[in-house]
Amino acid sequence: MSTTTTTTTAPKLVKRSAPLFTEKARERVMAIVSPLGLLLIWEIAARFGLIDTRFFPAPSSIGGTFMELVRSGELWANTAASLQRLFWGCLAGGIPALLLGIAMGLSRGLRVIVEPLIAATYPIPKSSILPLALLVFGLGEPSKIFMVAIGVFFPVVINATTGVLGIDKIFLDVGHNFHASRWSMFRTIALPGAMPVIMTGVRLGVGMGLVLIAIAEMVGAKSGLGYMIWSAWETFSVEQMYVGLFVIAIIGFVLTLLLNELERVLVPWRRS
Amino acid sequence: MEVALADTGGAIGAGQAQTAAIRIDGLVKRYGPFVAIDHLSLEIPRGQFFVIVGPSGCGKTTLLRILAGLDKPSEGRIETIAPAAGRPGNSMVFQGDSIFPWMNVWDNAAYGLRMRGAPKAEIAEVVGHYLDRTGLRRFAKSYPHQLSGGMRQRVSIARAFANDPEILLMDEPFSALDAQNKLLLQEELLRIWEEHRKTVVFITHSVDEAVILGDRIMVMTAQPGRIKNFVDVTLPRPRDVLELQRSPVYAELVHTIWSSLRDEVNRAKRQAEGEG
Repeated sequence: MSTTTTTTTAPKLVKRSAPLFTEKARERVMAIVSPLGLLLIWEIAARFGLIDTRFFPAPSSIGGTFMELVRSGELWANTAASLQRLFWGCLAGGIPALLLGIAMGLSRGLRVIVEPLIAATYPIPKSSILPLALLVFGLGEPSKIFMVAIGVFFPVVINATTGVLGIDKIFLDVGHNFHASRWSMFRTIALPGAMPVIMTGVRLGVGMGLVLIAIAEMVGAKSGLGYMIWSAWETFSVEQMYVGLFVIAIIGFVLTLLLNELERVLVPWRRS
Repeated sequence: MEVALADTGGAIGAGQAQTAAIRIDGLVKRYGPFVAIDHLSLEIPRGQFFVIVGPSGCGKTTLLRILAGLDKPSEGRIETIAPAAGRPGNSMVFQGDSIFPWMNVWDNAAYGLRMRGAPKAEIAEVVGHYLDRTGLRRFAKSYPHQLSGGMRQRVSIARAFANDPEILLMDEPFSALDAQNKLLLQEELLRIWEEHRKTVVFITHSVDEAVILGDRIMVMTAQPGRIKNFVDVTLPRPRDVLELQRSPVYAELVHTIWSSLRDEVNRAKRQAEGEG
């Protein structure tokens, strides 16, 4: 250690002015700037031949294909088909999962019976059930809806059970002390008490449903975004493939926003 | 009115005290080999503010939970007065946060009435009344996380009173509050209780609180929980908490209870240290 020299200087005043943008505003701007920046780099790289445009066509040419598909009505028809399957699948999987999950959380007996079944079937990759679904439900709509339902079912049932088990026992005591009926315990305590955790399950489930609908449409469908992507591969229309991917990404993004909104309505006590 | 209020406990003869609200006979509660309550027999007359004090782990909460029907006795008998048709037998004010975070103040206070299907008009009137009495009317639409601990406990009290039970069970309802809030809530509780004089079984570990609120105080022994002794509080009602604390009778009562409780608290402490 060398000798330390102490220099006495007048204490400096640190200048602090209010930041130009608030933290939040800056984050919001970045959320728009960063994907746009990526697209810009992509476009430049494609134009200057830095990337192989057979696999990575320029965003501008993907945009052109997008407009074509919009004009022909093809894109909308496929998007609508996928969204409809997703919607019915979410209901068909989500509602039974919600009821069963909460009932399992409330009833130890039911939990003992059903939990092993769920534990055993949950690890099966959902996409590997597709051939079976096609066999049982045929090539029509029910097989697609079934696939989405399967994807939504597991996260929702597991989270609903976890959510109910996580409810402070004192609230169940209150329910018993105030003579809440079985149905009232379900409606006024278990369901709202577990709702924050259930919403996490719904998010996961909808994400899983989106994955599965794309896969299911690639194999056994004549419409939908998955079908559109798959037929683009068959005709080597790479731009169309990207349009399909882009639209699925947008759907995922919009669904996230909608679910956030839904959570604000369903879980008002968490709002600050 | 004030004359009749000095409850003389065992002396059954003072009019309203004739009917028993609660009769406990040879109550035992075991958890495996652990005896929480050991052959406890007790009678609480209707309309009495009955307070139980005891060291922690003496089984007082267990006793209250059995009275509330949330736990079953291992042995013995419990009789409680049959409520009038449509009214509940008991309502409990729990220790700690027990109001539903997902309901606003109004819905929380209305919970008991809704669960027994009371008519809408009655709910509006009764809940409104108790929210007024607890100073919560302005916060009817607020959610619990927007309220202070004292206000949340007020909601819990309003919920129990609004349910209009035959017997009110209160499990250390003020133990988590700071001294100032505790004093305010004790005063509020006394005021609300004066309106109808329901039978109350109130658990506390605070001797002062027991004397301020109670007609009769039961001191319990350290585990296993038995009755150590009873102390009748002859202070007149309605009581003013601040005035009360200056009276020599109050000081004498606090002293009496403390001296019988001290041995038990020490014993409970030794038990706890022995286990640790």
